[in-house]
Amino acid sequence: MAAETTAAPARSGVLPACLLAWVLPGAGHLYLGRRAKGLLFLGAIGALFLLGVAMKSRLQLYLGLEDPLALLFSIAQMAVGAPYFLARALGFEAGQVTATTYEYGNTFTAVGGLLNILVILDAHDTAVGRKR
Amino acid sequence: MIASHLLILLVFSLLVSAVFATLLRDDTRERLRFGLLSFAAFVLSAIVLGWVMGPFPS
Repeated sequence: MAAETTAAPARSGVLPACLLAWVLPGAGHLYLGRRAKGLLFLGAIGALFLLGVAMKSRLQLYLGLEDPLALLFSIAQMAVGAPYFLARALGFEAGQVTATTYEYGNTFTAVGGLLNILVILDAHDTAVGRKR
Repeated sequence: MIASHLLILLVFSLLVSAVFATLLRDDTRERLRFGLLSFAAFVLSAIVLGWVMGPFPS
């Protein structure tokens, strides 16, 4: 993107960039001065998560080892950061398993988190100067 | 909420393609091209897979 090729070099602070990127999708890029990228990540991943919750997704919190798939699913959802914990705190954790869109909602929220892991890695690479 | 399966597929493909294109390409034109290709691949592969699964009900 033209605006980004002329953007100032990334600010130092790999850890804050990665932490911010986890807490709020796109916030790490905004912190690093990559405004367009940050806003796009915030919009797209935020929309995936919100639509998932609206489609009655279950916001799972399972940290045991007896069910590895449930653990991976929980980690994927948690990777979206503050929105996940906020939605749980607001009472959206149970979802509605009988809803037609339940599985779609689960997919939206988990994929939103998985994409945010890629965004966190991209923020890391940007902070260390490996990417523009 | 969204009730159409096709609409859900289109929205999902659009959002995921936008993130992939932004992550994987630096140039605006390349991003647009990659995003469109990715979107088309998502939608077409889902439709083709759905069609192939037709003769094999659960």
